[in-house]
Amino acid sequence: MALYSEKVMDHFTHPRNVGVIENADGIGEVGNAKCGDIMKIYLKIENEIIVDVKFETFGCGSAIASSSMATEMIKGKSIHEALQLSNRAVAEALDGLPAHKLHCSVLAEEAIKNALKDYYDRNNIPYDKKLFPDCANCAHCHE
Amino acid sequence: MQVYADNAATTKMSTTAINAMLPYFQDIYANPSSLHSAGQAAKEALENARETIARCIGCEPREIYFTSGGSEADNQAIVSAARIGERKGKKHIISTAFEHHAVLHTLKRLEKEGFEITLLDVSKNHNITADQVKDALREDTCLVTCMYANNEIGSVLPIAQIGAVCKEAGVPFHTDAVQAAGHLPIHVKEQNIDMLSLSAHKFHGPKGIGVLYCRRGLMLTNLIDGGAQERGKRAGTENIPAICGMAAALEDSCAHMQENSAKVAALRDKLIAGLSQIPHCALNGDPVNRLSGNVSFCFEGIEGESLLLLLDMKGVCASSGSACTSGSLDPSHVLLAIGRVHDVAHGSLRLSLSEYNTEEEIDHILAVVPQVVEYLRSISPVWRDLMNGKREFIL
Repeated sequence: MALYSEKVMDHFTHPRNVGVIENADGIGEVGNAKCGDIMKIYLKIENEIIVDVKFETFGCGSAIASSSMATEMIKGKSIHEALQLSNRAVAEALDGLPAHKLHCSVLAEEAIKNALKDYYDRNNIPYDKKLFPDCANCAHCHE
Repeated sequence: MQVYADNAATTKMSTTAINAMLPYFQDIYANPSSLHSAGQAAKEALENARETIARCIGCEPREIYFTSGGSEADNQAIVSAARIGERKGKKHIISTAFEHHAVLHTLKRLEKEGFEITLLDVSKNHNITADQVKDALREDTCLVTCMYANNEIGSVLPIAQIGAVCKEAGVPFHTDAVQAAGHLPIHVKEQNIDMLSLSAHKFHGPKGIGVLYCRRGLMLTNLIDGGAQERGKRAGTENIPAICGMAAALEDSCAHMQENSAKVAALRDKLIAGLSQIPHCALNGDPVNRLSGNVSFCFEGIEGESLLLLLDMKGVCASSGSACTSGSLDPSHVLLAIGRVHDVAHGSLRLSLSEYNTEEEIDHILAVVPQVVEYLRSISPVWRDLMNGKREFIL
């Protein structure tokens, strides 16, 4: 039995939307090198629509695949739809992740939310803080 | 091209070992404890294997106990020494910070029982010295247990010197020689080793079989109770095919040790020289006193699992830390013990060679590893920060 599904391997070996957006409208970074995963998401937003998205990831195969899948799932969507993206949806779209790798899909969700929060902050758009991860006080990237 | 470079995890069985096993499945299959002639034929095979192994490591046949492998042998050796010590009121054990989990977890269990454990620092030269052992010895030390060679980073410890220190102090000395047996010379009497663990599948023998050597006069504690096999110290019908395969594999490895070691070391050195060209990497382990087949590196800015998966797709079977490590999220305790910080320890690669590897295979590895490292760095935000000067290089 393979460690990962074919979908995971496909997105890991042929990641979509890899790279950087210069002058991005929102940037989100989660994780730390100490715990072995860092995801960085760049968003280009026009009229509340995510017209482009890129990512960079330091991490395992499932972290790279989760970032790739998550960017595919929000590309062309409105920021409100993007905010609804759950880690569960990312994992399901990848035909599942091993139990000890589920946190990779959580990172993908949080990286996107952080990028959207950055967009709101930059444009002084008010938002409900509860919708966003509190990275300073969360156990996902435990020391 | 398919390259197997994970020989520290396990090895391909040799034809010699397989052939040595075959008669014991359908021809000489009786129980060696049985009195009839068929049983006695099996018993003879068992005792011949014991003699062969005793000869290979320089002890008496009666000092050899067959176990299910290296982990069981490590457990039994340590627990036995602890029980002997306990009876004398000695409850201090010295070991190293980069032992295999079979040793470390057994020590942790004893610690919960009230034993005091000193783990020697391995950050200097990624090794220890006999003086460190000497300095750590106490009146109540009941055991020194140090691996012969490290499974992840290949450092070979000064076993004979440690043995001499322990002998002088009158403290039992156990060594986990799982990575060393069949690859490095072992003579337990000359090296003053009181107990030693080895495992057949690390030298082209079968899995599921190992040896605990225990010097006469040291009382073993049973982990498995039952019949009177193995002088009453390890119950269970002996796995004769595996024992015969192990004996043949060890004899074969010891007979060809010098030539194999020279060949493998040349491949290793070529690999180390080539991989050292990759920017911002570091060799793990003692560069001089090193297993002939071990190559271990950390590459900054990337993570080891994705490296392994991509190498696998390019036909290279490697590992990151030990195979046991890859199931967990924490980086290897060995890499942390030698002083690699978490960020860098995540980007580790171990390639472990055997005499079955060829120069062409080394060339293939040298062609693909730099490509894969470069690719993973190109998509890594950590690498971007390092290149932009937002993060400082560690390596």
